[in-house]
Amino acid sequence: MSRLPFYLIVGLLLLVGIAASVHRHVQFEIPWLPGEQRQVWEIEAVINFNAQDGPVQVDLALPSHQAGYRVLTENTASSGYGLAYKADELGRQAEWTIRNAAGSQQLYYSVQMLVSPDARSPVQTPPELSSVPPWESPYDTAANQLIERAWSRSANNATFARELILDINGERQGENARLLLTQEQPSPLIVRLLNQAGVQAREVSGLLMEDGRRRQTLSSWIQVFDESAETWTLFNPTTGEQGKPDNLLLWETGGRAVLEVQGGTNSRVTFSMLTHYQPASAAVRNHYSDDTLLNFSIHSLPLEEQALFQTILLIPIGALVVVFLRVLVGVKTSGTFMPVLIALAFIQTTLLTGLIGFLLIVAMGLIIRNYLSYLNLLLVARVSAVIITVIAIISIFTVIAYRMGLNAGLTVTFFPMIILAWTIERMSILWEEEGPKQVLIQGGGSLLTAVLAFLAMNNPWVRHITFNFLGVQFILMALILLLGNYTGYRLLELRRFKPITDEEKSS
Amino acid sequence: MSWLKNWTWPTRLRDKGIIGMNRRNIRYIGRYNSRRLYPLVDDKLKTKLLAQRYGITTPELIGTVTTQFGVKHISEMLSGHSGFVIKPAKGSGGKGILVIEKVQEGIFIKPSGASLSIEDIERHVSNILSGLYSLGGSPDVAVIETLINFDESLMAYTYEGVPDIRVIVFKGYPVMAMMRLSTAASDGKANLHQGAVGVGLNIATGAALRGVQFDRPCFSHPDTGHDLASLVVPQWDTLLHLAAGCYEMTGLGYLGTDMVLDRKHGPMLLELNARPGLAIQMTNGEGLRRRLDLIERQPDGVPVAKRVAFAQHHFARQSELVETPDTSSATA
Repeated sequence: MSRLPFYLIVGLLLLVGIAASVHRHVQFEIPWLPGEQRQVWEIEAVINFNAQDGPVQVDLALPSHQAGYRVLTENTASSGYGLAYKADELGRQAEWTIRNAAGSQQLYYSVQMLVSPDARSPVQTPPELSSVPPWESPYDTAANQLIERAWSRSANNATFARELILDINGERQGENARLLLTQEQPSPLIVRLLNQAGVQAREVSGLLMEDGRRRQTLSSWIQVFDESAETWTLFNPTTGEQGKPDNLLLWETGGRAVLEVQGGTNSRVTFSMLTHYQPASAAVRNHYSDDTLLNFSIHSLPLEEQALFQTILLIPIGALVVVFLRVLVGVKTSGTFMPVLIALAFIQTTLLTGLIGFLLIVAMGLIIRNYLSYLNLLLVARVSAVIITVIAIISIFTVIAYRMGLNAGLTVTFFPMIILAWTIERMSILWEEEGPKQVLIQGGGSLLTAVLAFLAMNNPWVRHITFNFLGVQFILMALILLLGNYTGYRLLELRRFKPITDEEKSS
Repeated sequence: MSWLKNWTWPTRLRDKGIIGMNRRNIRYIGRYNSRRLYPLVDDKLKTKLLAQRYGITTPELIGTVTTQFGVKHISEMLSGHSGFVIKPAKGSGGKGILVIEKVQEGIFIKPSGASLSIEDIERHVSNILSGLYSLGGSPDVAVIETLINFDESLMAYTYEGVPDIRVIVFKGYPVMAMMRLSTAASDGKANLHQGAVGVGLNIATGAALRGVQFDRPCFSHPDTGHDLASLVVPQWDTLLHLAAGCYEMTGLGYLGTDMVLDRKHGPMLLELNARPGLAIQMTNGEGLRRRLDLIERQPDGVPVAKRVAFAQHHFARQSELVETPDTSSATA
């Protein structure tokens, strides 16, 4: 009888569980510990324009996941407008449409961005080099001279871009540059010259984030593709400084216009922003993510179902506690998983109220059950009578607690009544057959197990881990399988079999 | 470290060959007892009928009650029987077994002297039928059989009720045996965890090895005060053959057989248990491990007589009860 398949299954479960958890941790940056604070930016974009009494279409570029930031949630407010989100390889866009609008219009878009230093921008392949419209004379000579000058003083694409920016915007600005600037704005000019020299470059729009700022506009930046590193490098078009400032959020990176309005005039978009810190778990819950199989997560469910799952996913923890106590310790409980259900009730009631409530209900139930046994009833009828008794006891306790102003007492209704009724029935039989001592042993064992299961299930860290890492369920499964294979002694057997080992010593 | 003195080390238990619950469940019950055979032993009525087919003596069946309607007719069934036992067919751990020693003018008297009315009996049977004492609470059948007229020679060793003999049969070999003597604490029942005295028996002779109550050693019966050292089970060979034969009857590799000695019929099979407890190790002062390992190395298909002889040869032991008195007082 080979145990190899068993260990393979356990190993596989452990592997899958750990891999899935690590993937969740790395990919979605869900921290291992609860209560970690994460910085979140709330950014609101307001679009203003005058509609010309006709159909209107508004396209606004939207930010995506990028280095340093993740999109959590986004909302729009635009009464009467149709709204569609569009995404292509150049970026995401929101499109508002309306058949007829007149006068001053305001559209709102707000987004929550999570600051995450580990976030990476999605891999981008460099676009085809856009065809550059030829310069007219005499601008072509000026352009060529500028390019040659910068080219000769540079070693690669990045340094070439820096030299070009300095030649056009910096102190070294010469006649050629001034001539060309009469034709184009600085940023488009730089991009055009870079493209002309065969360097992939594009103009992007970014938002410099500062807490509490209002009516901000996007600033223009230049991205140059670095062929050796296969990444886009960001340049400040006025200073030639290389690299992305920490507080810069790239809003539009496709080289398209940020805002396009058809059927309106005087359009403009302004931004206001504000930062706050929130627990990482809450930030995770708001995660905006694509629905792929790997990112299988209960966070994609509606909030109500999520709350339900939060409890359901704790049950394996309770089961593990029960298996541990029964297999490794040897605690006797009344009903195998009754303690887990009691522990679930404790989560609702809090421990102390739960314990008092449980003991009161079971004690009262035992007294009444004792009388019921004189009535000589069939089992099912008697247990049903006990269920009704339990409900009556719970109602009375609730009313008394409410009258006395003890709000905690109201939570006794969370106890699973049918389980309680069976517990009372079993305890009562145990009492009759084996005396109150066994009732104390098994009842105490059940209660001890319930309290330990409660402490495990109510632990904030355990709740965080089970809720956010579904892979943990595989690990729990593997642990329980391993415990089910344990042939060693139980802790309490070390006491039970103690007398046998004594004689060896004395003889 | 006074609280540690009641505890021992796992290594010491392993040296003694003690088997724990987990090992028993996985290594022996899980491996040698096929699940589909359980109903044969979990249902005492089935066991009884099966035993009759295999020529294994069991207490005489008075009748069975299968419906709540039948409960009302129980007094007719019981008339003419002075002593009887009512038990659930699927009960476990001795739950729901009612022993009536004698009937006097419609009053049923338990071995403890407590008296019951016919209504009490009816309620008990009704409880059995509705599954109160059964595994999993499933509806059950009440089995009523005659009270065993147990052997006079053992009378002095027990207090109310029938002493029964548990033999662990592993792959058809009797590996360990004990006698369970009921006490006042156990209410006439021979269940160790209810306070009965367990006496380890020498497989070779059926003589007492040592006594244990509540898992702690004892040297005389707590109620009768009778010394346990002189206890020898009569007709021991017959009993072992009967127990070993239960392997062929059920096909269960790890089996607990509960036997009683009747004055007229000799050893009788009372019931079988597919999950025998581990207390027998306490009563024998020895772990099961070495004996089970030895049996596992034996070939299959050995006839009953040879198996019994093998066990009697290999598992013979000296009684601890007749040793020098100073060791006894030291362990007491």
